[in-house]
Amino acid sequence: MKNPTMLASGLVGISGAACVFAAQHGAGAIVPKSIGPREREGHNNPILVEFQGGFLNAVGLPNAGVDQSLSELEFAMKHCADKGVPVILSLFGGTKEEFGEVAKKLSTLNPAMLEVNLSCPNTASDFGRAFALDAQHAADVIRIVKQNTMAKVSAKLAPNVPDIKEIARAVVEAGADAITATNTMPGMVIDVATGKPVLQNKEGGISGYAMKPIAVRCIYDLYKTVKVPIIGSGGVTTGNDAIEMIMAGATAVQIGTGIYYRGIEVFKKVTEEIIEFMKKEGYTSLHEIRGLAHK
Amino acid sequence: MEAPTIATIEKSVDEAEEIRTIFIRHTMQAKPGQFVMVWVPRLNEKPFAISYLEKERLGITVAAVGECSRRLYEMKPGEKIGIRGPYGEPYHLQENQEKDHIKDRMVVMVGGGYGSASLTLLAEEALAKGMHVKFILGAREKKRLVYVERIKKLVGEENLLITTDDGSSGRKGFVTDALRGLIEQGETIDKVYACGPDKMMKAVAELCTAHHIQGEISMERWMKCGFGLCGHCCVDPLGFRVCVEGPVVSFATALQVKELGAYHRVQSSRKEKL
Repeated sequence: MKNPTMLASGLVGISGAACVFAAQHGAGAIVPKSIGPREREGHNNPILVEFQGGFLNAVGLPNAGVDQSLSELEFAMKHCADKGVPVILSLFGGTKEEFGEVAKKLSTLNPAMLEVNLSCPNTASDFGRAFALDAQHAADVIRIVKQNTMAKVSAKLAPNVPDIKEIARAVVEAGADAITATNTMPGMVIDVATGKPVLQNKEGGISGYAMKPIAVRCIYDLYKTVKVPIIGSGGVTTGNDAIEMIMAGATAVQIGTGIYYRGIEVFKKVTEEIIEFMKKEGYTSLHEIRGLAHK
Repeated sequence: MEAPTIATIEKSVDEAEEIRTIFIRHTMQAKPGQFVMVWVPRLNEKPFAISYLEKERLGITVAAVGECSRRLYEMKPGEKIGIRGPYGEPYHLQENQEKDHIKDRMVVMVGGGYGSASLTLLAEEALAKGMHVKFILGAREKKRLVYVERIKKLVGEENLLITTDDGSSGRKGFVTDALRGLIEQGETIDKVYACGPDKMMKAVAELCTAHHIQGEISMERWMKCGFGLCGHCCVDPLGFRVCVEGPVVSFATALQVKELGAYHRVQSSRKEKL
């Protein structure tokens, strides 16, 4: 990666061209929206609503299905590679077997990494409880994905668990090569004038500013627990936010909602701010910063 | 705050068959070409061009085509909806706010169906700035024409050219035929603005480009958030977001959008031929 910022899965990266658009604006790596075994419409609008501390979203994993998506992802990988930007393919399934099936099909594209979305909080009505809420289930999914791919695998975990360390240990033991920490945090926004939840799915996942301290705490705990790289995700908007996550132990950071706060150029801005911080503080490499909060 | 503000429907006015404008009490600073998201609680939320913009009132024109738009179409005064926006890049009457002298310039609006909503607002602004406006208004048939009296009053009867596919009103044919007629008559045209079905806008952009006439179109794509986060309205192959970098784009940009007039993305993001 030419810089430690990634487009987070779930926002913007709906098509090949959309992924390239984010890469053109400075993202160091791209994670397109999660791909599942078959076409899904996702939820009706509203899928996103703002509150004082961030956004609440329930997009509902819309995608054209893995077979229809391969050409889009191939377009993204080819044109991002031209810019030196790797594409990490995100996937989900309704059952453990479906995760394996999707991983196998995506792996025909030879991606550098697969990100396993174990933790979407907005599809409980279709899929039941997220796999990331249970160490055993999460590990089973990772094991099946690993059996179906040669690519490296990152497990995207949920923040709303009693002990994220336990889940992380289980997925690493099952073969996860990295951990993405974390997905959004469940929440709800009700419009008081109508007395109705604003999101069509009623509940959604909290992203943006409010997520950052939650993600930082998770990353801090994970850094002490597992040896694999941690990809930080949750509320990164500025270079300082990224530095904070790296100090907690992250290897790279994902940005999603930050695109709203600072425009699609957020990747470039955050990268420049990281460099500025390093110059000012006399650091020459991110290695010197990584995990600093533990020393 | 990107959350709906609840507003009350004041009245609803028939515009054409299955097309109505609903007026709501709401104050908004918006420019022609921008759009709003309209929320029907517990049903859906969809983008609409602003078609009437008054001091404390806003009108949106709704064609009863889907579940959400039909519900809006049938709403009675006193019912409540949510509204947020305005969003997107508006039309540009001048390239450069400071230096461009636009007074006395001739602009042509080309509206297809209820795509004329935003162009009618633009025509109002252009006339207020001392520009000359010709308006080509087209529809499949007479009963689908919208804003005829409003536009007539605005630009003058001599400057309104009506076309219908079946000849039931005005000239039989497409809006592009009428536009070609104007160009071939040697009419001085400084800029053309088009809004309507994809294929119509593409044809207008191609025709004008061939005659070295600049202009803009207002694109329509499946939108969800409206403020650039969900990515659903990103277009091929440029990848830009119609809700932020658009919906208004120049002819030059529009002609690089290979999906214009060819396909769009449905709710799942699957491509569907137009």
